[in-house]
Amino acid sequence: MTLLVPQTGAIPRPKPSSLSQPFWDGLGLHELRFQRCGACRGATHTPALVCSRCGSDELTWEVSTGRGIVYSWTTVWRPQTPEFVVPYVPIVVDVEEGWQMLSNLVGCDHDEVAPDLAVEVVFHHLDDGVTLPYFRPIGG
Amino acid sequence: MTTSPKHPFREVAVVGVHNTRQARVLEGYDSRTVTMEAALGAIADAGLTPLDVDGVTGGNVAAEFVYQHRIGPVWKSPSGLGIPAVLEAAAAIATGLASIVLIPSGSAGAYTQRESTAPWTRPGNEFVAPFGMFTAAEFALIARRHMLTFGTRPESLATVAATIRNNGSANPDAVYSGRGPFTPQDILDSRMIADPFHLLDCSTTSEGGCALVLAHADIARDLARPPVYVLGGGIDYYGPSYQNPPTFDLGGRRDPTFVNGWVGRRAAEQAFAMCGLSPDDVDVCEFYDPFSFEIIRQFEAFGFCKEGEGGDFVLDGTIGPGGRFPVTTDGGTMSFSHAGSQPQLLQRVARGVEQLRGACASSQVDGAEVAMCSNGGSGALFTDVLLLGKDAT
Ligand SMILES: [Zn+2]
Repeated sequence: MTLLVPQTGAIPRPKPSSLSQPFWDGLGLHELRFQRCGACRGATHTPALVCSRCGSDELTWEVSTGRGIVYSWTTVWRPQTPEFVVPYVPIVVDVEEGWQMLSNLVGCDHDEVAPDLAVEVVFHHLDDGVTLPYFRPIGG
Repeated sequence: MTTSPKHPFREVAVVGVHNTRQARVLEGYDSRTVTMEAALGAIADAGLTPLDVDGVTGGNVAAEFVYQHRIGPVWKSPSGLGIPAVLEAAAAIATGLASIVLIPSGSAGAYTQRESTAPWTRPGNEFVAPFGMFTAAEFALIARRHMLTFGTRPESLATVAATIRNNGSANPDAVYSGRGPFTPQDILDSRMIADPFHLLDCSTTSEGGCALVLAHADIARDLARPPVYVLGGGIDYYGPSYQNPPTFDLGGRRDPTFVNGWVGRRAAEQAFAMCGLSPDDVDVCEFYDPFSFEIIRQFEAFGFCKEGEGGDFVLDGTIGPGGRFPVTTDGGTMSFSHAGSQPQLLQRVARGVEQLRGACASSQVDGAEVAMCSNGGSGALFTDVLLLGKDAT
C-alpha cells in the first residue's frame, strides 16, 4: 500500500490556450470551472467553442461543486517521465454536473480506488504558481 | 457470400510490400534512410522501378523520394498514417488521379531518452500531460471500464498478449523472434505498467521501415506478385488523440449507439458493405495491437462477437494459430515491430497482403482469401479498417 500524494517534481506544466485560460485561472481561486450551455443546460469539458450536447455557442463558465464519482482508473507504475513519483492513479471522474474530467487520485492508498468511489476536488499549488486539480475520496 | 455492385476500390490492388530489417535500434539508419530503403524494397517487390510510380503519400521523406528519383510530376497526398493512406491511394487510383502509388514509412533514431516513455506516447496537452498520462494509461482507462461493465478478466487480456507474442516469437523477422513461447500466466507475472496492463500486455518500441505499392488492377495483373485487392475500408474518428478524457462511453450527437469503446464499428460496417462480406468471411485478422485489450474490443466492434463477449471470445483458441480467426500473425507491435508512430500501422496491411499471397514464413493461414486489417485504438479515439481479398469479387 502506498499513500497517493500530489506530484511535487518538475512534471509537465499545463500550457493554457485562450479557450482554456478561464479553467486554469479558476483553479488558482479554488474554483473548478466548466462550461454550461444556455440552450440545453448541459455541461461541456474540455473547454470548447460550442456545447458538446447540442452545438449551441451559448456557453458560460460556472463553478462546479467539485464532487463526483470515479468512472475509471489506472494505477501507473512505469512513469510517463522520471519526474513522476509512482504509483500514481489517473482517474476519469463523473463530475456532479454531468461532465467527465481526467485527473489523479490522492489522499488514499493506491489499492483503495474502486468503481463509483465518491471523490471531491482538491487544489494543489505547484511552486511556480500553477494549480492542478486532483481528487480525493470524500470523507476518506 | 452475397453479391453487391462492384465497388470502385475493386479496381485497386496492393502489388508491392516491403519491410526493412526491424530492430530495437537500427544502427547506421535514420528515419529518412530507412524510409527510402523501404520504398525501394516495395517497388522492387512489385517488379517495378521508381520511374513507374506516378503517385506518393507521406511527408517530407516521400517528397524527397520524388525529387531524388526525379519522378515528378506525380500525384501526392500528405496522408501518411497507415490505412488512411492506403484508402486515399486507392481512391486516387480508382478515380484516375494516379495509377501506381507508393506509400513509404519508416522511423529510426527517434527514441533516445529511455528513462521516459517513447516520445510519440506522451503528447504535451494541458489536460493530460500534467496528470502523467501516456498511451498505456490512456488505453488502460478504457480497458478498465470494459472490465467493470462486462466482467472482462485479466486472463483474457493475457491470452491475447500471449497469442500475439507467440506469433512474433515464431516469426524469424520479428524484433523479438525466439523470445517465447509465453503462457497467459507469463503475461500476468510480468511487472505492472498501468493497471490492468502488465509489461507484456503493451506494445514494444523499435525501429524500421515499411512501404506498400498500390496499382490499378489492369496493371496489377501483369506484375511480379499476385495482386491483393482492396475490398473495402473505413475510418472512424471521435477527436484528437490524447487531449480529452479517454472514455469508453464517449459518443457523438448523431447516433448514440456508436461509442468510442467500439470505435471502428461504423468503419467496419462500411467496409463490409462495400464488398458484401461479413465477419464470417474473414480468414485472418491483422488487427492493430497497441495493448492486449484492444484486440478484445475490436472483435466486438467489428461484429465478430457481441458487445461484452470479447473476453470469452479470445479464450478458447479462436484467435490463435489454426483457430477460426487468427489474429496479428506476425507478432504485431508487441513482438514484430513498433517503429515510431507510422510504420507499424502500415505493417498490419503488409502482413495482410503476405497472408493472402500465402508467403508468410511463419503463422501462414492456409488458404487465406480475405484479410481484415486495422489501425488505431479506443485510447486514441480512432480506428481504421481495411479489407483485402485474394480475388477482386
Ligand atoms: Zn447545449
